[in-house]
Amino acid sequence: MSLLLEEIRKSYPEPDGGRLPVLEIERFELARGEQMALVGASGGGKTTLLNVISGITTPDSGRVVIDNNLVSEMPEPIRDRFRAERIGFVFQTFNLLPAFTALENVLLGMSFSRGRVDRGRALELLDNVGLGNRLNHRPGQLSVGEQQRVAVARALSNRPSLLLADEPTANVDLANQQTILELIRSACTTDNVALLLVTHSSDVAGQFDRIEQLSDFNTAVATAGETTR
Amino acid sequence: MNLGSIAIKSVRQRALASALTSLSVALGVMLMIVVLVANGMVERMFVQTATGYDLIIGPKGSQLELVLTSIYRIGVAGEPLPYRFYRELVSDDSNRIAEAVPITMGDVTQRGGFPILGTTPDYFALPYMHESDGTPRRFQIRTNSLDNQHSGEGLIRNPFDAAIGAIVARHNDWDVGTKLKLVHGGSDGHVHDEEFTVTGVLAATGTPNDRTVFVHIDGFYMISGHEKPLSEAIARELEFFGNISDESRKALEAEKNTSGHSHGPVPEAQKEVTAILVNIGGDVGVQVLAESRLMSRINEDVQAQAVKPIVQIDRMMQTLVGPIRTLLMGLTALIIAVSGIGIFVSIYNSMADRKKEIAIMRALGARRGTVLAVILAESTLLCVAGGLGGFLLAHLMILAAAPMVADYGLVVDPWTFAWGELVLLPVLIGFASLVGFVPGMTAYRTDVAQTLSD
Repeated sequence: MSLLLEEIRKSYPEPDGGRLPVLEIERFELARGEQMALVGASGGGKTTLLNVISGITTPDSGRVVIDNNLVSEMPEPIRDRFRAERIGFVFQTFNLLPAFTALENVLLGMSFSRGRVDRGRALELLDNVGLGNRLNHRPGQLSVGEQQRVAVARALSNRPSLLLADEPTANVDLANQQTILELIRSACTTDNVALLLVTHSSDVAGQFDRIEQLSDFNTAVATAGETTR
Repeated sequence: MNLGSIAIKSVRQRALASALTSLSVALGVMLMIVVLVANGMVERMFVQTATGYDLIIGPKGSQLELVLTSIYRIGVAGEPLPYRFYRELVSDDSNRIAEAVPITMGDVTQRGGFPILGTTPDYFALPYMHESDGTPRRFQIRTNSLDNQHSGEGLIRNPFDAAIGAIVARHNDWDVGTKLKLVHGGSDGHVHDEEFTVTGVLAATGTPNDRTVFVHIDGFYMISGHEKPLSEAIARELEFFGNISDESRKALEAEKNTSGHSHGPVPEAQKEVTAILVNIGGDVGVQVLAESRLMSRINEDVQAQAVKPIVQIDRMMQTLVGPIRTLLMGLTALIIAVSGIGIFVSIYNSMADRKKEIAIMRALGARRGTVLAVILAESTLLCVAGGLGGFLLAHLMILAAAPMVADYGLVVDPWTFAWGELVLLPVLIGFASLVGFVPGMTAYRTDVAQTLSD
């Protein structure tokens, strides 16, 4: 089992003193190397779910288990290190550092784990995503498709066991969408990485064997309002 | 990538702002180093110059004034001592005096108004000061004298010989062979007829000697009007010693017989000395004892006093120069503090733009402590770069200024280094941590989920 969520509850405070429930998940599993698409309406708690899984946000209650590690109970510094070493993250808006070159952005992904910064792997990853000749370009000098490919290379840099992708093709032009998607999927297949890909696109979701609607297992959605937290 | 390279990237990203904030630190550090070096120069000029002689013996009055007049040539000398006092002082073996050099002052040069010091050739045989490790510094001749000599020893052997300090030579464009006349001290501005010939130009010493013209004491007495009228001199001798010497008695007789005018050597009674520069002989223990005994013996006298120049100058430095130095150091520290606030403001303002970067790093697994360390590394980088820049600027400035300040008698080693500079680097690193801490805490507290969703 790569990922297990049990009895997860997450809510946010409201101005009137009440709490706005965003996640109420009894049980959710993702097997090692399994790839699934998670579909849900905007504001349905998809991003919050990814943040809870990655340990960026802690749940109010419940258990997040990744590779048999109880992430939700880890002290924050340990959780940060765990995220650096075991979880890859691909964001909708790429989130590359503008002052860093493509190569440096990938190396940065390796900088916060205990392992050594492996320049050879960074070069190999960038070559795999077709950017072997754009190593020293800064994000501003790359197309959006190229930027997302750098982000994919960065997410895979530490050989994670779980890759979280938050609308990775939403900001990419049509010509690049399929390329990005195939890159992510083939990399995960090669390295046996579990993939949880959030999308609102039925075209993207349709390519996965396992497709889940967030509202099917998140009972908070029925009552939750608009939130992106 | 390590913290350092991440910080460097971040600094380079805001190259202009970073350069300006570093420059402000550099200017503050530069000022501080210049003040430290200038302080060292002043200390050297005052304190080390006072280390040339163990004691100065002169007329009763202000002790500091005696030191300032006889060593620094500042101010007006008091009522001089009879020459006989000097002769009896050195002839008494119980005083354990190793060297005693009489000096007489009052006149100035016609050109430039440099002080004239009448003394004996022995003046140049003694060290003019000692380095802090005790090494004596002796006079050197800058240009060969008429006798082709190189050391200061043996200069002004003839009554109308003169030696000039380095600044006098440069300012007046004088050299060996130049003839000079003396202007009588006081308000009349009378130019004496007698001419002195420069026989040696001294190398720069960084002391008031550089601004002095030295003439043979005998020549000084032979200048018409310099000898005290015999009747006055004998009255002064009687008042000073309670008796008159045989030589004075003979001179009085001779004056009666020649109707008041004689063209021979000036009788001792008519000679006076402004002060006597004294070194005590023997090893340290004997020297201290002899020095203290001589001081007590002379200071009991109502007409003369013996002072230790180093004690007087130390006291002056503490009471006068010390507070000025503290004030200057305080002001430069304030300048550095203001630069530090500049760094703080610069980094703090950049935090709004960098919140996203911080959140990305945190999402990639950077711990809170790591992003705090990146910000501290950045402020340290700016402070240290500014500090090193300031160090270079200061020493370049000293290098450029050394020849200019030499005109004012300050000898500056262009590669001079103040020990206080060593403290600057750790202080700057501590300071950087201080100014980087608040922006660092902003990074530390960044809400990753919120920032990434904004």
